[in-house]
Amino acid sequence: MQCALSARMSGWKGDQMSMSAIKIYIPRDAAALSVGAERVVKAMHDEAKKRGVNIEIIRNGSRGMLWLEPLVEVATSKGRVAYGPVQPKDVASLFDAKFFEGGSHALGHGLTEDIPFFKNQERLTFQRVGVIDPLSLDDYIAHGGFAGLKKALAMSGADIVQTVTDSGLRGRGGAGFPTGIKWKTVLNTSADQKYIVCNADEGDSGTFADRMLMEGDPFTLIEGMIIAGVAVGATKGYVYLRSEYPNAHIIFREAIQIAKKAGWLGKSVNGSGKAFDLEVRLGAGAYICGEETSLLESLEGKRAIVRAKPPLPAIQGLFGKPTIINNVMSLATVPWIMANGAKAYADYGMGRSRGTLPIQLAGNIKRGGLIEKAFGVTLIEVIETYGGGTASGRPFRAVQVGGPLGAYFPSSLLDTPLDYEAMAAKKGMLGHGGIVVFDDRVDLAKQARFAFEFCAKESCGKCTPCRIGAVRGKETMDQIIAGETAKLDLVKDLCTLMTDASLCAMGGLTPIPVVSALDHFPEDFKPAHRLAAE
Amino acid sequence: MTQRAEWNEAEASGIINELKHLEGATLPILHALQENFGYVDRRVAPMIADALNMSKAEIYGAITFYHDFREAPAGKRVVKLCRAEACQAMGCEDLVHHLETEQGIIVDSTSPSGHLTVETVYCLGNCALGPAALIDGALVGRVDKELLDAVCAERPHERMEG
Repeated sequence: MQCALSARMSGWKGDQMSMSAIKIYIPRDAAALSVGAERVVKAMHDEAKKRGVNIEIIRNGSRGMLWLEPLVEVATSKGRVAYGPVQPKDVASLFDAKFFEGGSHALGHGLTEDIPFFKNQERLTFQRVGVIDPLSLDDYIAHGGFAGLKKALAMSGADIVQTVTDSGLRGRGGAGFPTGIKWKTVLNTSADQKYIVCNADEGDSGTFADRMLMEGDPFTLIEGMIIAGVAVGATKGYVYLRSEYPNAHIIFREAIQIAKKAGWLGKSVNGSGKAFDLEVRLGAGAYICGEETSLLESLEGKRAIVRAKPPLPAIQGLFGKPTIINNVMSLATVPWIMANGAKAYADYGMGRSRGTLPIQLAGNIKRGGLIEKAFGVTLIEVIETYGGGTASGRPFRAVQVGGPLGAYFPSSLLDTPLDYEAMAAKKGMLGHGGIVVFDDRVDLAKQARFAFEFCAKESCGKCTPCRIGAVRGKETMDQIIAGETAKLDLVKDLCTLMTDASLCAMGGLTPIPVVSALDHFPEDFKPAHRLAAE
Repeated sequence: MTQRAEWNEAEASGIINELKHLEGATLPILHALQENFGYVDRRVAPMIADALNMSKAEIYGAITFYHDFREAPAGKRVVKLCRAEACQAMGCEDLVHHLETEQGIIVDSTSPSGHLTVETVYCLGNCALGPAALIDGALVGRVDKELLDAVCAERPHERMEG
């Protein structure tokens, strides 16, 4: 309505454009900003003004084709047309090519949704990311937002929990624990106060799905958390966001304010009489806070020291109260499940890994970005078909899947499907779905050393195998790198000890990258190789 | 490159009082103090402990546990350079070496002139466009030697905002 009115008014003013403003999308996603999106926005405005073209720039999330960022899209009658990567110097030629009508240009890629990388995905959790204006409730609702919550508000808590259980959704943070079972425990534990905590401490290198969702479709996470609250009778939620994500912090806080003003958060969620309020809290640079009990300690204002389990957080969590603690991806997937039904979700995937996995393809890769696919896609398909091989053009050598605690795989294991059980069968793990590609310049002995170094820096210090083991591991790897290869047995022994005796996954999984490097790339640990490399 | 306030007990006390009502207020208070003063002065520990009815040891323990909280003000410009695996795959360690050999800047310290602090971070969530860095709070992708040299020399660079 407003659009039509302003178009008519501009017509009266005798503007060159008698139609309403041309819609141009330029992401406000941190990755797009990191390669100049803000400068492109400014150049677009300047050029449009100079040429008297009436444009409206919408700051969307990223479509996840990060090698094309800043990706500029223009709305046409046929759909959105993509141009990228666009730099300020390209803007004049884009106008010359009438890109605002979808005109052809060297940086053009045709319709965004026909780009193979995008077209062959199954986007459920990310259905709106990059499509909508992240901070427009109207846009959110027009694209199916709050449909899941509206259904949930008409259901009993037990029925909501049953739906989540039936969907087969498993924790996307890394452990893969069935989400519905966690929820059921909280539902069945009575208390005067319960909490929903969202783990947005996405610390694994190679992962950015949580960040992209919080910047590109924040209301989805808010909706998922409200549904969780309604389901188990929790009235307060916290999002624990890492401080390394300042842009996500700004956008998400803004989204909470907008949701509050519109009555989706507060004493009575959308007039339902059910209360739910939400706050975002910043972490302070500690990787260990991605471990759920250490995150809870941090939220309580303490050193983030891992708690022994039991008691489970579902029974005694934040401030000793029953707490659902879930990853961003898990909570943000719930609205889709509620809106479309448990079966629709469970129809995707393989074996015991149901639904879709937001895969993040990173490191030395030609076409990196976000790929949401049903579980079961193989590593080779992701790296070759989607990723197009290494960014450097050099031969592929190794891939680390699942963050700093995940295994290094050689090319012979690339036929492994991305599925919790299939990865575990190859002594790896899926983790948060991050895939980091290395070319032939990688030295796996150094990577093994780094795994220990990282653990030594980030260990909370509570249990000895992790606190001391990591330091000894790093020292011993230094000796091996210096040529004392007889010490390899010591490293193997240390890895067994850390695996068996550490309190949490930090110390317990640090041996995974180390042992996988040793198993699959033994040549990197031999003195002859080391001398040649120096 | 924002101007930070000099340490001032009354101001610190005001910040603490404003936030002490929050559940688990320690981290919000510490972040607010660092935002205001550019670092967390150890003199705040007993003040926060008093306000939150916690022990000084607990507060001191929290301040020293988290990598973010600085003991002393940082340089005028702060580069947080990602050195995690995805950025390693794109050569971030070459950048660390370059800073050290060509610019005399040791990562995880402040330059003698007080101009520049370079810190290690593990992952900025920009893993497909590495090496990544937060330069004065703004995320920059595909960081290269030229860009870092410009920051070191206080020269503007086309890829930096402002």
